[in-house]
Amino acid sequence: MEIKITLNGKLLTREIEADMLLIDFVRSEGCYSVKRGCETSNCGLCTVLMDGTPVLSCSVLAARANGHKIDTLEGLTAEAEEFVGFIADQGAEQCGFCNPGFVMNTIALLRENPDPTDEEIKKFLVGNLCRCSGYEGQLRGIRAFLEYRRGGNHE
Amino acid sequence: MNKEEQQIRDSLKTVGKSFRKKDAMQLLLGKPVYVDDITPKDALVVKVVRSPHAHALIESIDKNAAMKVPGMVAVYTYEDSPQKRFTMAGQTYPEPSPYDRLLLDRRVRFVGDPVAIVAGETEAAVNKACKLIRVKYQVLEPVLDFRKAKDNPILVHPEDSWQSLCPVGADNKRNLCASEISGDGDVDGVLASCDEVIEHTFHVKACQQTMMETFRTYAEIDRYGRLHIVSSTQIVFHCRRIIANALDIPKSKVHVEKPRIGGGFGAKQTVVAEVYPAFVTWMTKRPSKMIYTREECQIGGSPRHEMEVTVKLGASKDGTIRALDVYTLSNTGAFGEHGPTTVGLSGHKSIPLYTGNLEAFRFAYDVVYTNVQAAGAYRGYGATQGQFAVESCVNELAEKLHMDPIELRLKNIVREGMVMPAYYGETANACALDKCIEHCLKMFDWEKKYPVRKLENGKIRSAGVAISMQGSGISGLDVGSATIKLSDEGFYNLMIGAADMGTGCDTILAQMAAECMECNVDEIEVFGADSDASPYDSGSYASSTTYVTGKAVENACNELRNNLCKLGAQMMNCSVDEVEFVGSAVRKLDGTAEVSRFDLATKSMAFNNIAVQTTASFSSPVSPPPFMVGMVEIELDPETGSVEIVDYNAVIDCGIPVNPNLATIQAEGGIVQGIGMALYEEVTYSKRGKIAENSFMQYKIPTRMDMGKLKVEFEQSYEPTGPFGAKSIGEIVINTPAPALAHAIYRATGVWHRTLPITPEKILLGIED
Repeated sequence: MEIKITLNGKLLTREIEADMLLIDFVRSEGCYSVKRGCETSNCGLCTVLMDGTPVLSCSVLAARANGHKIDTLEGLTAEAEEFVGFIADQGAEQCGFCNPGFVMNTIALLRENPDPTDEEIKKFLVGNLCRCSGYEGQLRGIRAFLEYRRGGNHE
Repeated sequence: MNKEEQQIRDSLKTVGKSFRKKDAMQLLLGKPVYVDDITPKDALVVKVVRSPHAHALIESIDKNAAMKVPGMVAVYTYEDSPQKRFTMAGQTYPEPSPYDRLLLDRRVRFVGDPVAIVAGETEAAVNKACKLIRVKYQVLEPVLDFRKAKDNPILVHPEDSWQSLCPVGADNKRNLCASEISGDGDVDGVLASCDEVIEHTFHVKACQQTMMETFRTYAEIDRYGRLHIVSSTQIVFHCRRIIANALDIPKSKVHVEKPRIGGGFGAKQTVVAEVYPAFVTWMTKRPSKMIYTREECQIGGSPRHEMEVTVKLGASKDGTIRALDVYTLSNTGAFGEHGPTTVGLSGHKSIPLYTGNLEAFRFAYDVVYTNVQAAGAYRGYGATQGQFAVESCVNELAEKLHMDPIELRLKNIVREGMVMPAYYGETANACALDKCIEHCLKMFDWEKKYPVRKLENGKIRSAGVAISMQGSGISGLDVGSATIKLSDEGFYNLMIGAADMGTGCDTILAQMAAECMECNVDEIEVFGADSDASPYDSGSYASSTTYVTGKAVENACNELRNNLCKLGAQMMNCSVDEVEFVGSAVRKLDGTAEVSRFDLATKSMAFNNIAVQTTASFSSPVSPPPFMVGMVEIELDPETGSVEIVDYNAVIDCGIPVNPNLATIQAEGGIVQGIGMALYEEVTYSKRGKIAENSFMQYKIPTRMDMGKLKVEFEQSYEPTGPFGAKSIGEIVINTPAPALAHAIYRATGVWHRTLPITPEKILLGIED
């Protein structure tokens, strides 16, 4: 079947198999930031934005993205760059494999709620698993970024 | 720390400081750096058909229908497999783990054991073909209960070609993978004379590492006709040997490299996936790739050894711990990977914690084969299981004697300078465990949190504590190496064979090199790991990299400094005694002349006979233990049995945290893994040996809502044999949560839980008892 997807701002027309998953579609288009960690919609690694809303691309058929706008980290580098340095300053990226999904969902969080509390951050990101960091460093990094954005210093 | 050691510490410029990880921005921006991102898309897809039976003999395999699927390239069965047994354990040759595997065997030994290797052009073709392979089994009775495995008439490995290379007490005709008794003093006599003897058996399950990147390997034939493997592995050199063994080809024909690794935690210290695509590529001469699914990781991975640890702890009324008798029964599953070695830590890293007044100890173990998934290496490596048992007994002793468990520990723990008979007679050269405890006591506010408090909403707040030790590398065995090279314009290349699996070892080793070469961390470019290009390293496991490879970096740098002095002296027409290396240059001691590092680099590439690259190796006769204390406050709901963690505080003595940020994250990550093991991560089998928790739907690892507030701090000590006095950090951090949580849950409910995980159901049933 033919689908039209605006991937990272570029309209693509592609012939696909009807059972193709969105994660496989975006990776086949070179968006390697999108990772598969579990196949059962539990880990959050494959998070992409569909019309600005985070979805698990392992659980969405590419066909369902027909006519929609899909953003992966490849397309949001500028928006991500500002924030991720604060995670790097904690060393909380660790193995990095869960980072893209975490970063995508954090971008979605901060677009929706620019000044979240710790509890709101945890609740929004609860579906993004990380086995390395123990999460606390990620929280410190987000908190430091929010402080910085509020006019504090980036230490 | 003595004065001299303190001076060394105070003079450090890059070691002991937090730097961003060298790969941080690449990882955070999702750049393609992992196996599946950087290897060709058109590689053959490799999968295995897995046994539905825990124990069976294959009678026949019909692959005709499968091979008719368009795009299918090959199906291999036991009839195609090389017939030399080997082990997949990433250990130094001759491996303690028995040679008990074939690439494919006629006998299948667990639900999930590979039966056929299937390779095709597309995933769809391979999936379809897998379903069309017809296997006839002669189903056999399995050994599923590890308590009944030893001397069971049903043998997991009856074959005569089974082989144990090391004297570990293995005997395949008894289902024994290893067995040993060691001790010091008259343990039975001392126990008989003790006022209090605490005796219990503790059970830890075969938990999964669940690194976010599953096992994955790419294979191709390179331009020299050799087998080139790109794999997510912690052990490129062992991997080379194991693949060559599995395929029965010369080691020289195999080249293994690792790109970035999406987590390991020991899982990737076993060659889990590599041999299958390696075989396909070797046979077909075509590139191939194997990407494990999460389900495959859960059922055919390399999890923690299930262990049952029985402790007899003898003490006098005043709380003097006089004797420890530990017996561990370890379940290695269908194959013996890491079986003979993990078990040792359950005693050798739990008993020495109480060296203080210990008069006698005994440590005995049996490691048995059963028809379940083979175990492997998981962070903590047996120490985790042993310390859950011993620490729980110490906490129970405190309760029995109405003593504060902190006071009890301060009375009995190992202290700096003590010889530890239960730790191979090593001396605790550097031990700040007492300081860690005192530090944590204040940080946590133990006085206030230890008493049990009932809240108005009916919930109960309580606290628990545990201490831990681990090692730093394998003494007398592990080899770390580093090559440092001066390059154009004066930057350095640092080549290592250790594997950064997200831990940040590339960065901390660069910090050490920068410290030695008196330059910025940015001026050190790190490369690793590649079995052709890296200097030999046992690999990143056993908490070895900071300590063992770190010392090799220090040694290599010192050699390079000498060579640069020689080169500088030659350029300035003076003797080498007249110059010194000052980081930016080689300078005459009298200050009259110098040559910059830039000029040294330039000279090194034009008419030069002095090497500006040096390699050093390091092995240590000792494995200095890091020490740690963890304290947890929980809120337990007696109506539901649910446990919420309020605070988890820990103080660690790793000598010096080379990069405090990265050491903190290591600790926080390890603690949360430990929390998962203690409270959520369950492994259960059906009556026929099939694992129920085969996905993240059932196998629940902690989310960010599950760990409360973590706080980690450090106490410093100075390990004289380590680089800059450093010891390890990677593994110790997983050990304290299970005993500390069991303690806190006891405080809240009056019930000791000795089987992990301690689920709300178990807590509730305990309360109702």
